Amino acid sequence: MGEITTLHYLVVAAALLIIGTIGVLTRRNVVIILMSIELILNAVNLNLVAFSRLYGLHGQVFAIFVITDAAAEAAVGLGIIIAFFRNKETVNVDEADLLKW
Amino acid sequence: MNPVATPVFFYGLSIAAIVFAIAVITRKNAVHAALSLIGTLVSLAGLYLMLYAPFVAGVQIVLYAGGIMVLFLFVIMLVNLDQNIREIQFNKQWLVGLIAALSLGGLLLFVLRQGRSIFPVDQVAVLPEGSNTQMIGIALYGQYMLPFEIASLLLLVAIVGAVVMAKKRI
Repeated sequence: MGEITTLHYLVVAAALLIIGTIGVLTRRNVVIILMSIELILNAVNLNLVAFSRLYGLHGQVFAIFVITDAAAEAAVGLGIIIAFFRNKETVNVDEADLLKW
Repeated sequence: MNPVATPVFFYGLSIAAIVFAIAVITRKNAVHAALSLIGTLVSLAGLYLMLYAPFVAGVQIVLYAGGIMVLFLFVIMLVNLDQNIREIQFNKQWLVGLIAALSLGGLLLFVLRQGRSIFPVDQVAVLPEGSNTQMIGIALYGQYMLPFEIASLLLLVAIVGAVVMAKKRI
């Protein structure tokens, strides 16, 4: 199995990023789309922390900022979901077409 | 002290993270997807511990798996997903999206493979001196003071925005 280098972590992060992108592009349920966005943000965090092992602590500080952003994004996004569900009685993104005429 | 059995832990945690992530985007039931996402987050916290980042690992578990996922589960309870489970889960352009994302993944792997000579990705890490949490605290309150304050402002705006969005009448 050999030594685990930063490249291994980068490959795992790339896999998580791609899985999150597939989730965003293919799912209809908007709650699961938000969860896929969280997956993408976690892939970015894994990259930052993996590089912080080489270049000092800055990557970890940025990872904490990314987690803060994720919390803000989740709060606002879920608020939008609740408002949308109250208006349309659905959580499917392809039925959100009020502006599409 | 040298770390013990690093490859075993690395491959175990990363396979767990990827399998849980695939479960997140394929499960019909949103609650199952949320629980799988918690599995991914905890596996990633283990990977952070292996990268000598214990503070980020703790923040990951407390804030992500503890805070954000509880928010997700509350919203799943508030919106009625019973009807949604019986509907088609994937949209019409799922094949195009899948192909586009997979080709992006192939491009990423190609770049990583080509760039391993440019980036020093194979070099062995130096272990940090001193306490990790203390160093992060010094960095947050010294060099990163302004971004830290802006992050607090961002959280305030997000709180106000979430309340305005979710409230029936203001």
